[in-house]
Amino acid sequence: MSDNDHELRVSKIRNGTVIDHVTAGQALNVLSILDIDGSEGTGVSIGMNVPSDRLGGKDIVKIEDRELSPSEVDVLSLIAPKATINIIREFEVAEKTRVERPDRVVGVIGCPNHNCITNADEPVETSFEVVGDGIRCDYCGTIVEDAFTQHLVTD
Amino acid sequence: MRHTHLISATQLSRDDITAVLDRAAEIDADPESVADAQAGSVLALCFFEPSTRTKMSFDTAMKRLGGDTVDMGPVESSSVKKGETLADTVRVIEGYADGIVLRHPSEGSAKLASEFVDVPVVNGGDGAGHHPSQTLLDLYTIRKNARLDGLTIGIMGDLKYGRTVHSLSTALTNFDARQHFISPESLRLPQSVRYELDEAGADVEEHTDVDAVLPDLDVLYVTRIQRERFPDENEYRKIAGEYEIDADTLEAAADDLTVMHPLPRVDEIAPDVDDTSHETYFEQAHNGVPVRMALLDSLLNA
Repeated sequence: MSDNDHELRVSKIRNGTVIDHVTAGQALNVLSILDIDGSEGTGVSIGMNVPSDRLGGKDIVKIEDRELSPSEVDVLSLIAPKATINIIREFEVAEKTRVERPDRVVGVIGCPNHNCITNADEPVETSFEVVGDGIRCDYCGTIVEDAFTQHLVTD
Repeated sequence: MRHTHLISATQLSRDDITAVLDRAAEIDADPESVADAQAGSVLALCFFEPSTRTKMSFDTAMKRLGGDTVDMGPVESSSVKKGETLADTVRVIEGYADGIVLRHPSEGSAKLASEFVDVPVVNGGDGAGHHPSQTLLDLYTIRKNARLDGLTIGIMGDLKYGRTVHSLSTALTNFDARQHFISPESLRLPQSVRYELDEAGADVEEHTDVDAVLPDLDVLYVTRIQRERFPDENEYRKIAGEYEIDADTLEAAADDLTVMHPLPRVDEIAPDVDDTSHETYFEQAHNGVPVRMALLDSLLNA
């Protein structure tokens, strides 16, 4: 079965984003990163543990009427480093890119060190260097290796 | 030194360290030669936490360079109590002074401050983070009393929250130094510091008992185990007793062991050590002045 066949398990979307080749089991965290909880009124479809030639198993997330920002893609790359982002316009794949691990993740993840100055009411964005399997706070040095979604900065 | 600010020991190369230490030695030998080096310059002392040694030695250093200092005073009587951000505070003070020494309870505060001002910022201790100017005087003291290359050092006490330890261990990666870390399991070096040491390929071992390594050490660097970190007083007492040294403990050490401590000490070094040839912590504190004179002169002239 090809990837296209799997995508047909749920209907095609007219406009939006299909995030494919998400690490199996991470689909709900992807929704968390994108701050999607169903209350937005837009259609969201997810496939979990779908067979994949490349990954063995994968998750797929389809989001209607939304294109991802670069910072969202940066964080996505931390939990789904092999993901592909398909921008869909009028039922066609308009752009297809693979996520790349960035050198830095800025303004998206809060530092879990409560005593880090970025958690005070100061006019700075959080900034992390991507190191190994984790990220390292540019201010206090704290290393975050997993559970990135627990530290997402929310408005 | 090529850096405008001194925020973390990770900035310090071997050449940077050697340059400051050599200059400090020159100043130590002939303080009059720099008596007017910073005439007309003003250094701001911004201490959001209590400090005796760091604050007074920077104050003394600047005045011995012919410069002057302005002091923010206690936080309780500053605009910080009105809710002013650190970013705003340092931007205001930048207009008054040619450099800022900042001590602050939050990790990363000195880095943040450096992003908002053009005058040099020296990290005078940021929470449990770093204290790089202390490290320079520690290295100066180690070089005078032992050596930096071929050094075997034991660093004992609260390694988790001890900012002087974090900066010293990082700076020592520039030298051929074997580092033994001695602490309770609960106060081991934080992952962020281990990361720096591992990245640098440092020769590091961790222990829970000093006796195992004491005879091998050239330097024993002791820090206070902070009672306030322990939720259970009995647990603190049980652990703290294991990390106290006295003259009897040091019977097993080499004759030329150098015992250091960033001070203040509480009871981790017994008073009877003061009377041994190992005691170096008061000299270490005094070395803060020539080292900070060298550092300030370099940063303010950059």
